[in-house]
Amino acid sequence: MNAPSVYRDAGRGYLLSAPALILFLGLLVLPLLLTLVLSFNVFDYSVGVKSDAWTFAQYINLLTDSYFYEIFFRTFWISALVTLLCVLIGVPEAYILSRMGAPWRSIFLILILTPLLISVVVRAFGWSLLLGADGLINQAIAALGGTPIKMLYTPFAVILALVHVMLPFMIIPVWTSLQKLDPSAEQAALSLGATQAKVMRLVVLPQVMPGVLSGTLIVFGLSASSFAIPGLLGGRRLKMVATVVYDQYLSELNWPMGATIAVALLLVNLLIMLSWNRMVEGRYKKSLGE
Amino acid sequence: MAFLQLQALGKRYGAVDAVVATDLAVEKGEFVSLLGPSGCGKTTTLQMIAGFVDVSAGRILLDGRDITHAKPASRGLGVVFQSYALFPHMSVRDNIAFGLRMRKVPAAEIKTRVDRVLELVRLTPHADRYPRELSGGQRQRVALARALVIEPPVLLLDEPLSNLDANLREEMQFEIRRIQREVGITTLMVTHDQAEALSISDRVVVMQGGRITQIDEPYKLYEHPRTRFVSGFVGKANLLQGELDASGVPQVREQPGNGAVVLSLRPEKIDLVDAGSGRLQGRILTRYFLGSQWLYRIDTTLGEVTVVRRNDGDAPLNEGTAVGLNWPSELLRVLTADEVHP
Repeated sequence: MNAPSVYRDAGRGYLLSAPALILFLGLLVLPLLLTLVLSFNVFDYSVGVKSDAWTFAQYINLLTDSYFYEIFFRTFWISALVTLLCVLIGVPEAYILSRMGAPWRSIFLILILTPLLISVVVRAFGWSLLLGADGLINQAIAALGGTPIKMLYTPFAVILALVHVMLPFMIIPVWTSLQKLDPSAEQAALSLGATQAKVMRLVVLPQVMPGVLSGTLIVFGLSASSFAIPGLLGGRRLKMVATVVYDQYLSELNWPMGATIAVALLLVNLLIMLSWNRMVEGRYKKSLGE
Repeated sequence: MAFLQLQALGKRYGAVDAVVATDLAVEKGEFVSLLGPSGCGKTTTLQMIAGFVDVSAGRILLDGRDITHAKPASRGLGVVFQSYALFPHMSVRDNIAFGLRMRKVPAAEIKTRVDRVLELVRLTPHADRYPRELSGGQRQRVALARALVIEPPVLLLDEPLSNLDANLREEMQFEIRRIQREVGITTLMVTHDQAEALSISDRVVVMQGGRITQIDEPYKLYEHPRTRFVSGFVGKANLLQGELDASGVPQVREQPGNGAVVLSLRPEKIDLVDAGSGRLQGRILTRYFLGSQWLYRIDTTLGEVTVVRRNDGDAPLNEGTAVGLNWPSELLRVLTADEVHP
């Protein structure tokens, strides 16, 4: 008991978590703070960022320009729709998955996870090959004698690609919740006269709500801040908040404005997710006690 | 005709026979237990009656109606599961009301019926709690109430007491019997616990390897086990070799002749007498104190014999003591060989 006793018990805990803490502070908290500071700096098109002058100009600009309202609104309706679609597809999929037999369950689980193994950029290009004006789908339509449809650079393409990437983030938490379900509770409901649909709605779904909640939070958060898919499939005209931030930094070179939009995105995202969490959690907390 | 009838019922999983040609007739209001070790097919039988497992062969008749292929919902049977299978996100009241809501019973009637059954299972003060706030015994009562409130023709209990600790189990055993009598409901219980089956059933069905080995009233089953398996599974038994004497009475023999038979002798039927007297001589190997009884293991020329004596307040015999064993020969039971060899 020589070396270990040098550290007090409380001290040892901090010491052990220090590497992760330093990483967290250095790579997340510090850049965030710098972004926040930057958003208050004065920007001049002729000299660039004036790091010693302060202003609210960017925030006033953000709150008064309807262009930004439009972008924020588009970002959040697309994210909400992606989340809804992920719930509608992911929850039944997770349920089917949990009812599958031994070899198939693992195979399908891996299949569901594969989108995560491919680079976002590669996947986005894959979608554009498929959906483009001269893409596979339009070629097929043309071959069948129809008129081509514009799909690429529309919200449709962005939503489709986002749902594809985000689905695993919905399925996995729901699947975990389903593992905790007592299968005989469904049998009990059946024996009490419930139809299969009622078993799903009244017995299974309420019990997997914690999983659905985590799934919606992850999917919404990631969708609202997604960059590569709207950037590559939304094109120049269909902008979302993250792509506007990118434009401000790299095209306009207006870093303070980019930082302001980024801070605003973070805040609005937090606000929406926290109120959603409260709203849903309150409904099952009492009964499920989690 | 019996109220619930199983006719040559069978279930096959791939190449494995889980239940083979099982016939059973349960009368209205009767409490019947399916007793057997795990894997004997008792739970599969229950699940076929409930409709959760498809029937491979035979028929199930309920009050003369063929329900072999009916959906669980249309059978309307009350089922209590081993895990209780309560709905964790519903209060006790909502759990119990579930079946009535599915039947679209008017709200006012739901309330009166739920209140009545809550009283029956003595849970009225806990009506608004959630399952996770209840003890094991209380959850069991909720499960029972939920099954009973729909007034099913038959109540099916799947190992209802196996998740309770020993004291509570005994209490709930009598509780289930009380409720069953009060409601007068035909009940089929699956259990692997012979004490449970003996104490509360009108009749016990012993199953082994997917087949029924013996159906009898508890007392008869205990006193007249038909096979070696039943005598060992239901209560404790000494298996001794012997033969029938000239007048056909079974006798224990060290070297039986051609007509050798296996005899069963219950441990509490054996008297301990002074060494030198009695039918068999032995020496006490070990003794165990069971509270109301002493259990002795005695080394004899016929092998080890178990004897149970009432704790009558006198000092027990010491280990190593030489004793004589005596028993009335009419209490020896001749066993037939097992039909099933697991």
